[in-house]
Amino acid sequence: MAFLIIDRRQQGKQKSAVNRQRFLKRFRKHIKEAVSDAVNKRSITDMERGEEISIPKKDISEPIFRQGSGGKHHRVLPGNKEFIRGDRIDRPKGGDGGGGGKASNQGEGMDEFVFELNQQEFLDFMFEDLELPNLVRKQLKDSDSYKLVKGGYLREGIPARLNVVQSLKGAKARRIALGGAIRREIKSLEQAFEALDDEDSEEGREISDKLERAQRRLNQIPFLDDFDLRYNNMIQQPTPTTSAVMFCLMDVSGSMTQDIKDLAKRFFVLLHLFLKRHYQKTEVVFIRHHTKADEVDEEEFFYSRETGGTVVSSALELMNTIVRERYPTDSWNIYAAQASDGENWTDDSPKCRDLLVKSLLPLVQYYAYVEISSGKEQELWQTYSEIPEHFPERFAMRVVKEPADIFPVFRDLFERKST
Amino acid sequence: MSKREPIAEGSEWTFDALETFEREIGKIAADRYRLDTYRNQIEIISADQMMDAYSSVGMPVGYHHWSFGKQFLSTEQRYRKGHIGLAYELVINSDPCIAYLMEENSMTLQALVIAHACFGHNSFFKGNYLFREWTDASAIVNYVLFARDYISECEERHGVDTVETLLDSCHALMNLGVDRFRRPNPISPEEERQRQKEREDHMQQQVNDLWRTIPQKEQIAEEKWPRFPSEPQENLLYFIEKNAPLLEPWEREIVRIVRKIAVYYYPQRQTKIMNEGWATFWHYNLMNDLYDEGLITEGNVLEFLQSHTNVIHQPDYDSPHFSGINPYTLGFAMFSDIRRVCENPTEEDRRFSSGYAGADWLEIVHHAMANYKDESFILQYLTPKVIRDLKLFSILDDDSDSAISVTAIHDDDGYQNVREGLADQHNLSKQEPNIQVWEVSLRGDRSITLHHDQHDRIPLDEEDAKEVLKHLHRLWRFDARLESRRGDKVHRVFHCNDEKVWIDSGEGSQSTETS
Repeated sequence: MAFLIIDRRQQGKQKSAVNRQRFLKRFRKHIKEAVSDAVNKRSITDMERGEEISIPKKDISEPIFRQGSGGKHHRVLPGNKEFIRGDRIDRPKGGDGGGGGKASNQGEGMDEFVFELNQQEFLDFMFEDLELPNLVRKQLKDSDSYKLVKGGYLREGIPARLNVVQSLKGAKARRIALGGAIRREIKSLEQAFEALDDEDSEEGREISDKLERAQRRLNQIPFLDDFDLRYNNMIQQPTPTTSAVMFCLMDVSGSMTQDIKDLAKRFFVLLHLFLKRHYQKTEVVFIRHHTKADEVDEEEFFYSRETGGTVVSSALELMNTIVRERYPTDSWNIYAAQASDGENWTDDSPKCRDLLVKSLLPLVQYYAYVEISSGKEQELWQTYSEIPEHFPERFAMRVVKEPADIFPVFRDLFERKST
Repeated sequence: MSKREPIAEGSEWTFDALETFEREIGKIAADRYRLDTYRNQIEIISADQMMDAYSSVGMPVGYHHWSFGKQFLSTEQRYRKGHIGLAYELVINSDPCIAYLMEENSMTLQALVIAHACFGHNSFFKGNYLFREWTDASAIVNYVLFARDYISECEERHGVDTVETLLDSCHALMNLGVDRFRRPNPISPEEERQRQKEREDHMQQQVNDLWRTIPQKEQIAEEKWPRFPSEPQENLLYFIEKNAPLLEPWEREIVRIVRKIAVYYYPQRQTKIMNEGWATFWHYNLMNDLYDEGLITEGNVLEFLQSHTNVIHQPDYDSPHFSGINPYTLGFAMFSDIRRVCENPTEEDRRFSSGYAGADWLEIVHHAMANYKDESFILQYLTPKVIRDLKLFSILDDDSDSAISVTAIHDDDGYQNVREGLADQHNLSKQEPNIQVWEVSLRGDRSITLHHDQHDRIPLDEEDAKEVLKHLHRLWRFDARLESRRGDKVHRVFHCNDEKVWIDSGEGSQSTETS
């Protein structure tokens, strides 16, 4: 009998991908909660991986009409060891003895539906509905985003770009130009023919011969020739793109305990991850400060242990310098996030406020200040709290008290605003 | 008979060897055992693809729905954690008969699986009366293709969420999408496609007729209206497809698709034991024959026997691994015992199985395969020996009694009781609630009323029933009621209207409400 063996292994294995996405979409509320919990529990170095998610089984059950417990149930079971007819057995505790058909009880996880969210999906859920606020398209020299615009016509090109109207126009002109002489000749021959008395005479036959030949020549001019063809020319024009720079300003002074630094770093890790993922063209400038501010690289920003006193304005001044040197506001969207415990050198806070209000806030799209303190609001917070009324769109400040606050505050700061 | 060379050495399989096995096993199956099969189409797949196949319930294609995604995620999770292994094979009731074989199976396993799926299951699909009557193997693949295309078209036109909600409701009623006492028309996809438009118009016409509100010439007095439907209807999905007042034509078509697919699975749900038993019985015999002919080695046989033993392992009722009766075990034991009763009948067999003791065993197993389903098969062929081997016993769990009582064990007095009990346990109409459409208020509030007849005082699971009633309401779009009846008395009444679902006890005194 004829039969067939097919090797399917090379073919796609993601047949269920759509169904998987549908599932994730349907239970997004549950999954988002689980993701938030997971983010709060994870260590800083461990943000980028999948996660095991569990959802209460009753929330995702597919109901059908089925028998409940109660009434009379007969069952036949295998493996009788000691029973004889008429024996009476106490009902097992716990299960209500219905025995309807649920017999597998592996102890744990009966009420939870557990599955693995992969890294991609995890990050998607983590940063869903977040964005950089007030992002504006600005012209940029090294932009690599182009759009194609029409730029005249070419004699050569691909069939898809053929411009029919131009091609036919050209053909028509050519036909008129090439045929002009012949048509003139035909016209004069016709006149001569009509002037004749006897059309059958020697002369008459000669003229009609010539006429016939001229007509044939006219017909031989092609309707459309290769060199009539015109193609649309498309040229690349650079388009304005969104380019953004994020300044991360972190306080590493002595008053910042290890716990507080840890929270600040958590905040910046999330921010960094978010930018890397959603805005590929974004640059990040890391500034850390105690009494003196330094621009550092990512590695040093997150892992260095240097410390000292506190002068917050040093960081703002450095940021101001860098912005004016490297990031002209006509081509950059500028963002800044500052994290601190709020303690500052007494005379320095008003200076910070003035720097912000006068120099920095007019330049930036958005400035977020995160104060990490478990007690009451600190000096910097009090000084800053005058700012929001002047720049309600651009300035936001939040307090973080414990690790669990980080993610909600982060989401809150970058929540997509409906417009 | 001179011994031949083994087909393959070592444990790595090759395509050549698969082909040779298919041919050699096929020869024995057809010549010696008269197994009549559809043409085989063997497909080699990876573990990931097997999980895909699981979640589309074994279909090569399926429409999209979140519940299949749930199935996939749960399989994936349990597989990755090592809680479950994946099946060695998966076979589809289609012509040609598609069998998926896992790539990581060893050579021996591939041979075993070919014997099991490509000849065991395959011949069962072709021979068993339920499959012959209820399914059309040559059309099913095309039909699910049609269904998927139609549903994704609906998703484009009406939105994914709308279609998803409709499918949710249909799935909830899927088990009530079958005419248990009537034979269906086999599915024919060509016709489906051609006549679908026609049907849409026609169906809408009929529905409109039914729900006509303009007074007709001869007004019949209110009390004279005949009850509709005149007979209770058990096929709920069919009833909705034809009579729901407000469904759009495309919605009726989707109800129909779910119903047709429910019909396709109906025979499988009633022949688990026979189907697996038959396939296991034949792989066991065929593998032994291959060994007798020298086509597989002793090493192969040992490996095969180990797998076979695992497959037919039946944990005792008190084992933590117990999850019901293993259909492979029971089915294999029963078919093997039919052969034994035919070949070596004992005195007991002559008394108990007088009809076929000493007969031609091949004749009898073919007859059993072709003409029975699990329930009747057990009633007819469960022998005392199998009951003793499995140490089967019957219990009665009655909530009006303080303890569970043992009603029968594997002794002379108990065999018949165990037989009947086990048969009942595989009788779908006793294991699933008996629910029928009782009445539709044609001239009143258009509500629909279902009746549930309690068997042995077993009530409905109330939480689920309320949810399902919501789905029914979503399809019917007017009030839905479900009376759960104990004999002549109404025990519980479930209500669902636009705002809420609630339950009344029969006397109407107590009521619990949920929104």
